[in-house]
Formats: sequence, structure tokens, C-alpha cells
Amino acid sequence: MTTASPDHSVRRLDTATAATCDPRALLHLHGIDYHSGGRQLLLQVHLHLQRGQILTLIGPNGAGKTTLVKIALGLLSPSSGTVDRSPGLRIGYMPQRLQVEPTMPISVQRFLALSPGAQPADIAAALAEVGATRVADARMAALSGGELQRVLLARALLRKPELLVLDEPTQGVDLKGQAEFYRLITSIRDRHQCGVLMVSHDLHLVMSATDEVICLNQHVCCHGHPEQVSNDPAYLELFGRQGVQAMAVYTHHHNHEHDLAGEVVDDPDHVHGEHCQHRHGPSLLHNPRRGG
Amino acid sequence: MVDFLWRALAAGLLLALVAGPLGCFVVWRRMAYFGDTLAHSALLGIAFGLFLELDMQLAVIASCVLIALLLVSLERRTRLANDTVLGILAHSALALGLVLLSFTRVQIDLQAYLFGDLLTVSGRELAWLVAGVAVAGLVLLTQWNRLLSLTLQPELAAVEGIAVARLRVLLLLTIAVVVAVAMKIVGVLLITSLLIIPPATARLFARSPEQMALAASLSGALAVLGGLAASWQWDTPTGPSIVVAAALLFLGGLTLQRRSAG
Repeated sequence: MTTASPDHSVRRLDTATAATCDPRALLHLHGIDYHSGGRQLLLQVHLHLQRGQILTLIGPNGAGKTTLVKIALGLLSPSSGTVDRSPGLRIGYMPQRLQVEPTMPISVQRFLALSPGAQPADIAAALAEVGATRVADARMAALSGGELQRVLLARALLRKPELLVLDEPTQGVDLKGQAEFYRLITSIRDRHQCGVLMVSHDLHLVMSATDEVICLNQHVCCHGHPEQVSNDPAYLELFGRQGVQAMAVYTHHHNHEHDLAGEVVDDPDHVHGEHCQHRHGPSLLHNPRRGG
Repeated sequence: MVDFLWRALAAGLLLALVAGPLGCFVVWRRMAYFGDTLAHSALLGIAFGLFLELDMQLAVIASCVLIALLLVSLERRTRLANDTVLGILAHSALALGLVLLSFTRVQIDLQAYLFGDLLTVSGRELAWLVAGVAVAGLVLLTQWNRLLSLTLQPELAAVEGIAVARLRVLLLLTIAVVVAVAMKIVGVLLITSLLIIPPATARLFARSPEQMALAASLSGALAVLGGLAASWQWDTPTGPSIVVAAALLFLGGLTLQRRSAG
């Protein structure tokens, strides 16, 4: 077999045809390949995002999550494949990191005012929405990880986004802060009815805050709708039992080698499901009754 | 006062005005070595100007702009660290300039190019300076917010609709032009100091990027005044005197800040 996840391609192609006439569609990536310096970073990735939907990319380090996000944003062009954004799509982007040079004296308010067209009233509203009004006059370089994250989110909101793109938004934030942040994202989605594409490491935390998960490891390993799945009694039972282990199971199952086509190389212990060429803890999402 | 002194004063103050805010970006973006490289290549421009019998100032501006563009393309192509590329270019350009100059029959005052000769600024050179400063000032005024965004987070700036690659080249070219016209004033070896020291002094007191830019212009202007006065009084070389004055202002600011903090 030369191409990865044929099942997904077929399924995704169906949604692709639907996307062209669906007014709720925001972003559609189809058959994305990306290679750089002789390394294949992304292989036949499909992604579809609608207004009001939260889609989370999870996967190990080096899985190509940030690359995929950059392609979705238009910062990188894919080696092959197509990127469709709804015409005139307004994107609010929260980058993975922002390092303010200590030599640059800049306050939170001035930083937010750099967003093109932002008025003082918009800035106050955005800060209030993310709960960061208190730091409005603080120096950017003096913010804590959690405060900086909220300020970056406020800057993204100033774009009045239809699509919010968050690259590892909870990096360097404690567990309680992470849970709060995901609640904040959900409430923002509810209020603005924007689509949200986010990258995350914390699978167990993000599960309750996302509509769909794509597990990426160069290719799409698996994807699913956690809400539907989590209503299933069998899944609840499974997840209850394995919930604590979720992270461990997840990491363990990525301990295999892929060849460029995304096939698992030399791992006799691996079970290959029909939806994926290999199975992961979270791939239970595909069919909870068969899992385990 | 004498005519040449007025011209020197005008040239120095004009340069300080624009070197302040532009230097802030050099400091924020850690481009000091980039400025040095451009400055060193200015001597190459002089050599070519003499060989091709071009206007000196034009030749220097052209060589600085060319080196800036060369740096942009080298940065994209080589796998060497940025400072290595800059180091190779800076010293090769300086050495090549010195070698080429030894072949010209024209006797030139190397000292004046290396350390500046503000007191001999001609009306024509002043006109070039005004033009260079006007271009740089225009870029800074119209692109200020975009340049700040670019400096803080280029990817965020790109998503917000800024043509990041083009803006970066524009900033490099602006620095190239200012370095080229500044050569006459402080000389090849000292140009970068005017881009670095006044912003560093300003940073001690500024609470916003704009305050830092204005304070840098002001402290640069004071350094020019102080350097010229010292040069007039004690017959010291003008360019180095200006740099010494700038450094003294920085030290003074540092002490003042320490005292108010402690």
C-alpha cells in the first residue's frame, strides 16, 4: 500500500464535495503533503472545519501539528494538496510563543492596539472577555505564562474572528489554568459562533472541550467526535476505566516507527484496525464497542 | 558661528533624529552586527566610487543596499549561523575595500572614512544626508506599527495581513541607507554606535516604544552637540567625540536609574 489511511480519504472526499456548498464551512484542507529538507512532515492530511465547531489536533512532538496549522493559516504552502478557506475568512491567531525582548518597553494595551483597526473600546472588551482587564497597563515582558496566554487570546479576538487558530495555547500553564482556559474557549465559541482549530498535548483535558479530535502523526492516525462517543455507555465505561491512563496509553501507542507512507514499520505487537493501519488508545473513538 | 560648523551641526542633528527610532529596531531585533557589516562594506563602496568615478555618496549608498540584499539572499540559502554569515561579509568587505583603495592613484584620507569627518561636510553631502534621512523618516513614520508587529511576532503579523517578507527587506534597506549617509559623520568603524547607544540610553527611562524612540533621538542629538563642542574646545576628532559623548550619556543614565531605583 502506498497511500495512508484510504478509508479517511474516501470519507473526507465526501465532506469535501459537501464543503463547496455548505455555508457553514470555514476551512477545508484536502490531501495535504508537506516535505522540507528531504523529510516528509505531512502525508495526505484532510481536515474540515465548520462555523461553531472546535477541532483539536493532537499528536506527539514532531507530528507536524504546527506545520499543518501554518498551512491552514496560509503561512506555508503545502507541497501538494488544496487549501480552501471560505472567502474573506477572518482569522484570529494565537501563536505558540511570543518572546517580548526585555529591551522593548511595551504595555499590554499598546500591544493590543497593534492589531490593525483596533479601537480602545474593542481592546477593553477583548481584555474583559478573556478576564485580563487587570493587566491592561502591565508590561508585556512582566506577564506570567497564564496572563500572556490570555492577552494573546485577546489579540486574536480583536480580529472579530470567524476562525480562531490556537497553537498549543496552554503551554507553560498549570493544570487548573489549562482547564479554565478550555472552558474560556468553549464559551467564546458559544458567544461568537466561530470555528476553533487548536493544537494540544493534553488529550484528557481537551476531550471535554472539543467537538472533534484529529490525531496526527505525519498522517491522520484517527479522528472522531468525542461528544457522540462519550454518550455511549460502553465508551463511558471504557473511558472511566482508562481515563487516568489516557495519556500513558496515548504516548505508548505512538512508540512505533512509520515509513513515509505512514505504515507502521516492524512492530508485530501492533493491532491494525480497519479505520487505521494501526490502533491507538483514542482510536477507540471510531467504534467504542469494538475497542479494548 | 562659522559656516562649516552650522553644516556639521545640521548634519549631526538630522542623523541623530532618525538614528534614534531606527536604532530602537536594531536593538529590539538584535541587529547590531548587521549594522556593522553594512558599515564595513561602505569602504568597498568608496573604492568602487573612485574606480568608476561615481559620486562618492551614491557609490556608498549603492554598495550598502547591495550588501543588504546579498545578506537577505545569503541568509535564506546558507546553513551557517547568521552571525557567521555577517562576520564573513563584514570583514571581507572591509579588507577588500582597503586592498582596492591601495590600487587607486587618488590620495584619499583613509582616516576620514574610518572615523568620520563631520567638520568637512559639504553642502552636497548635506543634501544627500537630508534625502537619506527623509526616506528613512518616511518609512519609520508610515510603517511604525507594522514594524513593531513584525518585531514582536512575525507570524502573527503575517496572519493579520502584513507583508512580512517585504517589510523585513524594507527595514534592512532603510538601515542600509542611514548607515551609508552616516559614514561621513562618524566613520565606518563607529556608525553602529549611533544606532545602539542612544536607544540603550533611552531604554533606561522609556515606558513605551514611542517614548524610547523619541528619547533615543534626543540623547543622540545631545551626543552630537556634546561631541561637536568637545571637538571645538579641545580639538579632538569629531566622530569619536560624538560616540564618547553618547557613551557618557548612557553611563549617566545608568547611574541616575540605579540611584532612583535604590
